[in-house]
Amino acid sequence: MRFKETLMRYVFALAAICCVGAVVLICVFLFSSGLPFFAKVNAWEFLTGTKWAPDIDNAANGTYQIFPMIVGSVYVTAGAILVGCPIGILAGVYLASFCPERLKRLLQPMVALMAGVPSVVYGFFGITTLVPLVRNLFGGKGFSILTASLLLGMMILPTVIQLTASSVAAVPASYYEGSLALGATDERSVFRATVPAARSGILAAVVLAIGRAIGETMAVVMVAGNQPRMPKGLLQGIRTLTSNIVTEMGYAADLHREALIATGVVLFVFILLINLLFSTLKRRDNA
Amino acid sequence: MTELKPQTVEKCPLPPITPAMRLKKWLRHEGVSLRRHPLSYLVRTLCRLAVAVTVFSLLYLIVDILVKGIPNLSPELFSLTYTTDNQSMLPSIINTVIITVLALVIAIPLGVGGAIYLAEYARRESPLVRLVRLTAETLSGIPSIIYGLFGMMCFVTALKLGLSLLSGALTLSLMVLPLILRTTEEALLSIPDSYREGSFGLGAGKLRTVIRIVLPPAMPGILSGVVLAIGRIVGETAALLFTTGTVAKLPQSLLSSGRTLSLHMYVLSGEGLHVGEAYATAVVLLVLVLGMNGLSSLISKKIGGASH
Repeated sequence: MRFKETLMRYVFALAAICCVGAVVLICVFLFSSGLPFFAKVNAWEFLTGTKWAPDIDNAANGTYQIFPMIVGSVYVTAGAILVGCPIGILAGVYLASFCPERLKRLLQPMVALMAGVPSVVYGFFGITTLVPLVRNLFGGKGFSILTASLLLGMMILPTVIQLTASSVAAVPASYYEGSLALGATDERSVFRATVPAARSGILAAVVLAIGRAIGETMAVVMVAGNQPRMPKGLLQGIRTLTSNIVTEMGYAADLHREALIATGVVLFVFILLINLLFSTLKRRDNA
Repeated sequence: MTELKPQTVEKCPLPPITPAMRLKKWLRHEGVSLRRHPLSYLVRTLCRLAVAVTVFSLLYLIVDILVKGIPNLSPELFSLTYTTDNQSMLPSIINTVIITVLALVIAIPLGVGGAIYLAEYARRESPLVRLVRLTAETLSGIPSIIYGLFGMMCFVTALKLGLSLLSGALTLSLMVLPLILRTTEEALLSIPDSYREGSFGLGAGKLRTVIRIVLPPAMPGILSGVVLAIGRIVGETAALLFTTGTVAKLPQSLLSSGRTLSLHMYVLSGEGLHVGEAYATAVVLLVLVLGMNGLSSLISKKIGGASH
């Protein structure tokens, strides 16, 4: 009996450690497969050069520089934040503060559904609806930074709304009531007393949305055009870090493949930094 | 102080409040608010607009796919064999089910077991708990393409499983592990301590208490997390592209390659020749995933009802 208790305790502990093991494994595999590349290619040139020209026949002859993809990821993410965050934050505040109870019972599941729609479906929606829309409204091919930003902005909406709503709802009601008692209107109380108190929670929502947008792959591959060059305008096609991996990994070999894995490492480092920022902000929100 | 006596009010028949009256009252209220505090009114309008945009874009997506996809759903699309003439999705559906079951078989014991340790055994805020929580948070933030790369390097190449259903399922099980861990931990922590104390008081050991007393009432919470995980697995594409491969046939074994439904859809829409079939696949995918989400929230609503 005693033995069984102790055994199960360790079994459960082992299961808990699996999460830690998974993170360690992912780090080890990514870095150990990505770092040999930097022994062959100057890391600075890889990160800041603008020429991506893989050679299919002899991978070692290709040029692998990912600055256009880094810029692409930054542009598309910035676009998504510009589109999604104002709408998401306002909608989140509405859900937490102004929404009648009955409407809320309808809206909350809808936002959850929106978070559940698979990214391929978003991408397909982008191809069939957003791309023609952008092409007809603004010209160009339609596969562009603008399209990708709009689509990603839509995809990060549920994340921003849910996190904003929960951090606004967590602010003690006395803030709002005190402001009302001083004669402020409903809206003024919410936006001048409650929302500032939820500031770091809202910021955490934005940071998480940035992480989602940078890491999003399928939807971006389907609508961004994927040209590996420096973008010159909103209506030009672009390739992001994620789509660089997806479009070429299927047939890459040797140095080309290593370059793609190194792209993954760069993306991974970005994500880790963003995660770190997110958990710091969230901790400050709880304190 | 004189005691206040409840006064009996004679009931007079009030006219029923019609929706039109409610609308009129609401409009008057809105008008007053607009005249007295135009800035506040503007802010509130902006908030409403934001919600409207959100709801509109979601409904537009769903309606667009349903309207254009349902006419394309033909019985041929559900035949057992995939040919270049008939882009049947049944093999992909079967692959999806296999991968989902496999991934859950791996992820549920790890996730639930880990959560039991965190919630029942470990001291709260011990270094181990904090480490596990931090890594779970990190895992849930890693984008699926990174999981795909990792799966390709670890399971496909290093463990020599090849492009196979098993590699894909292993990759996805890591991906949904933090989700199951977190929902289970939350469910366990919401069980009041009196349950555990009662069980200990009757002489039960720790293990018996956890398995027989604490787990059963936490089941709905765990289940809703599992169902969410199923939705995540069914919708996943990027992590599977380089771990299961895109063969569209029925699998021979767990070690053969096979595309899931969402991969099937990605391939179809990438080719640009089968837009109708892609729409039909999108309908099935959307209905599956939305159904899973609905089921999950239904289950978690059940817990809310049960605890009161």
